[in-house]
Amino acid sequence: MSKIRFLIIFLLTALAALLVTVNVLAQDPAPTTAPLVSISDNDVNLVAKKLYCPVCPNTPLDVCETKACKDWRAQIKDQLSQGWTEEAVIDYFVTQYGERVLAEPERGGFTSLVWILPVLIFALGLVMVWLVLRSWRSKRISQPAVLAPTPASSGLSKSLLDKIEAEIRKVD
Amino acid sequence: MIPDIGLIALVIAFGMSVYATLMAINGEWSQQARWVASARNATVAVFGLLTISVLTVVYSLYVMDFSQAYVADVSSTAMSPFLRITALWGGQQGSVLFWAWMMAGFVAVVVLRKWESNAALMPYIIFVAMLTTTFFVGVVVFITNPFTKMWLVPGAKDLVIAIFQPANGQQYIPYNGSGLNPLLRHFGMIGHPPTTYLGFTGFVIPFAFAIAALMKKDTVSDLWIRSVRRWTLVAWIFLSIGLILGGRWAYDVLGWGGFWGWDPVENAMLMPWLTGTAFLHSVMMTEKRGMLKRWNILLIILTYSLSLFGTFITRTGVVGSVHAFSKTALGPAFLVFISITFIGAMVLLMSRWNDLKSEHEMESILSREAAFVLQNMLFLAITIAVLWGTVFPLITELFTETKITVGPPYFKQVTGPMFMALITLMGITPLLAWRKQSPRKLLLRLAVPLSGSIVAAIAWALLHPKSQLISIFSMGMVFFVIISILAEFWRGTSIRMSTRGENPLLALIKLVMNNRRRFGGYIIHLGVVMIALGFIGDAFYKQETQGTVSVGESLTIGEYSLRFDGLESYMGSDGREIVEAKTMLFKDGQPVKELRPRRDYFVVQEQPVSIAGVLSTPAEDVYVLLVGWETVSNQSSTFKIYVNPLINWVWIGGFVLAFGVLIGAWSKSRGNGEATYSLKNRSDELAGVVPVTQVSTGD
Repeated sequence: MSKIRFLIIFLLTALAALLVTVNVLAQDPAPTTAPLVSISDNDVNLVAKKLYCPVCPNTPLDVCETKACKDWRAQIKDQLSQGWTEEAVIDYFVTQYGERVLAEPERGGFTSLVWILPVLIFALGLVMVWLVLRSWRSKRISQPAVLAPTPASSGLSKSLLDKIEAEIRKVD
Repeated sequence: MIPDIGLIALVIAFGMSVYATLMAINGEWSQQARWVASARNATVAVFGLLTISVLTVVYSLYVMDFSQAYVADVSSTAMSPFLRITALWGGQQGSVLFWAWMMAGFVAVVVLRKWESNAALMPYIIFVAMLTTTFFVGVVVFITNPFTKMWLVPGAKDLVIAIFQPANGQQYIPYNGSGLNPLLRHFGMIGHPPTTYLGFTGFVIPFAFAIAALMKKDTVSDLWIRSVRRWTLVAWIFLSIGLILGGRWAYDVLGWGGFWGWDPVENAMLMPWLTGTAFLHSVMMTEKRGMLKRWNILLIILTYSLSLFGTFITRTGVVGSVHAFSKTALGPAFLVFISITFIGAMVLLMSRWNDLKSEHEMESILSREAAFVLQNMLFLAITIAVLWGTVFPLITELFTETKITVGPPYFKQVTGPMFMALITLMGITPLLAWRKQSPRKLLLRLAVPLSGSIVAAIAWALLHPKSQLISIFSMGMVFFVIISILAEFWRGTSIRMSTRGENPLLALIKLVMNNRRRFGGYIIHLGVVMIALGFIGDAFYKQETQGTVSVGESLTIGEYSLRFDGLESYMGSDGREIVEAKTMLFKDGQPVKELRPRRDYFVVQEQPVSIAGVLSTPAEDVYVLLVGWETVSNQSSTFKIYVNPLINWVWIGGFVLAFGVLIGAWSKSRGNGEATYSLKNRSDELAGVVPVTQVSTGD
C-alpha cells in the first residue's frame, strides 16, 4: 500500500517537474528559472507605458515624475516579481482607478465608438470623393485636352523661351 | 498709476471695437463712405490702445509691481527680466490680452493695406474682424482682466481679486510674486507662444475676407480669393513654426524623450493646421480652374472655427474635465461665441450656395484635380479623427460618467495610415497635369522616383535588419517623395542648362526664382517629409532603457553605453535645487561626449523639471534623463536613456519649410502678379468692371 502511495507521489512529482521544465523551456530559454525572477526597470516601463497616471492629466505612467507615480511603478515591480502577468497588472489598475488609466481605449462597449467613427469617416470620404469625381466627369465640357508640359527641345530662341515661360507662369 | 493707464486704454479699446463694428456695417447699409472710413480709423485706434495696454503690463512685469494680481501670479524677484517680460503670455489674463492685441494688429494691417484694393469688401471685412476682436477685448475687460488687484476683506476666506476696492477692503501687496510655472521658464517661451498666437489670430483675416465676400455677394469675381490665399499662408507659416517650436520645447523640457504626445493642447493646434493646409492646396483649384469654391469657403470657416476651438481648449481647461468648463465665465462665453461664428458662417454659406458653382469640370480621373480632392478628403478625415479622439473623453464623461483617456496609441493607429497616404500623394501629385494626364507619360516620370525609392528602401532594410515591414514601407514612401521632388529640380535645371547654356547653379537659382510658387511648394514638401522622417523614427525605431548604476558602472543601450561618474547638487539662481549627474557616453567603446542630465526642483512650486543630457546627430539623438538617485551616499543613480533616431530632421524640416514659404510667398514684383485662371478667362467681362491694376495687386 505504502509502495503504491510512494509511486503515485513520485509520478505526480515527476509530472509536475516535467511540466515546469517544459513550461520554462517553452517560455523563456534564458537561464532565469528561479520562481521569483528579478524585474528590471525596463520590464516595469513596458507595462507602465500602457497606463496613464491616475492623477495627473494626460501623463503616461512610465514618464510621470510625481511621488505617487513612483510608488505606482514600485507597485508594478512588486506585482511583476510576484509573477503577475501584464494583463493582471493592467486589470488591477483599471479596477482600482477606473478606465482612465488605459492609454488605449478599450475596443468594446461605449469606447469602441472612438475606434469605429474614424473608419466610417474614411470610408464615407472615399465614397464622397468617388461621387464628386464621377459627377465632374459626366458634366465635363468637351475641350481639347491639355497634355502635360513636355520638355522643350533646344534650338528655340531666347525670346521665344522667355515668352513661353511668362505664359507658363501665368497658368502656373 | 501706469497700470491705470493700461486699464483705461483697454476699456476705451473695447468701446472703439464696438464702434468700429457698428459703423462699418452701418456705413455699408447707408452707403456712407465716411462712416466706413471712421470705422477704419477706430480699428487702427483699437490696435494703438491695446498696444498701450500691453506695454503697461510688460512694464509692471519688468518693475515687478506686485500690487497687480497678474504680476504677482506669474513673476517673482528670482526671475530674469527676459522671463518676466515673456510672462506677459505666461498666464491666462496676460495671454488673452496678448491674443486680442495680435488680432487687432492683423486687422489694422489689413484695413491699411487693402483699403484701396479691396474697397468694396472693406466694410464687411471690418465688421467681421472687429466683431471677433470685440469679443476678445470684451473677454479681457470683463472676464480675465490683467489689471486686477488683491484685496483683504474682513470675513472673506481668500483674497478678493478685483479691479476696484470692495467695501471695507484693504489692498494687499505681496512681498514677492509666486513666479512663472517652472515648465515655462525656458528660452522657447520667446518663440512658441507668440508664433502660435500669430497663427491662430492670423486666420481671422481669411475668415473675414471669405465672410465679407459672401455677404457682399461678391464671390464670383475671385478677387478676394487671392488675398485670402496670401493671408492664410501668413497664418499657416506662423502656426507651422509654432507647432515645431512647441515640439522642440516639449522635447527639451518635459523629459519624456519625445516631441509630440497627442495631448489635447497639441491637437488643438494641429487641427486648424490640417484644415489650413487642405485649404492652401484646394485654393489652387479655385484660382486655376474655378472649382471647389464652396469647399474652400467651408475650409476657411472650419479652420477659423478650429482656431477658436483651440483657444477654448487651451484656455478653459475643459479637456482636463468637463467640470472645469463652468468654473469661470470664460468657457461658456467661448462656447457661445464659437457656436455663433460657426453656425452663422455656415448659414451664410448655404444661402449663397448657388452663386458658388464650379466653372470647369474635370476630364479624367487621372488628373491633378482628382488628386487634390483625394488629398483634401484625407486632411479632413484626419482632422475629424483627431477632433473625435480629443473630445471623446468629454463625451464619455458626459454620457457614461466614466473618465477615460484617449492616448497616443489611438492617434497613431488612426491617423498614421492616412498621413502615409498623404505622403504618397505628395510624391505623385506634382507630376500630374491639370485636367488630364496621359498614363504613359506619368509612368515615365514616375520611373526614376519609384525605382530609386525601391533601391533606397532595400538599402534601408539591409542597414536596419530588425525593421518591421511597415517601417520599411514608410521609409520607401519618404524616399519616393524626396527623389520625385529632386527629380523635378533636376529636370528644370537641366533643361535650362541645355537650352540656355547656363551653369548648373545659375540655372537652378533662375529656375526657382522664375517659378517661385511651384518650387517654393516643392521646398515646403521637402521640409514636410523631413519632419515625417522624425515621426517615422519615433514610431518605429525608438529605443529606451532604464537602470540603476553605481559610480563607475555603465548602462548599455544598443551600441551606446553610459558611465556614471558622480553626482553633485547645488542651488540654482531662481529658487531651484539642482541635482546634476556627471556621465560619459561611449559609442562602441569609444568615449563620445560628456553628458550632464539634471533634475531641477522648484521649491516654491514643489515641481521637478528634468533636463536631459543629449548627444544630437543627424542620424539619432541619445537622450539621457536622471530619474532618481540614492539620497544618502550619492553613490548610485537611476538613468533613463532614449535613442531617438532621425529626430533632428523634425527641426531641420522646420527650417526648410519656413524657407520654402519665403521663396513661394515673396512676390517678385508687386503689380506683376500671376493672373488667376478664371480671371484670365473672363478678362473680357471683367475689363469694364475692375481696373486691370487692381486685379494684379490683389495679393
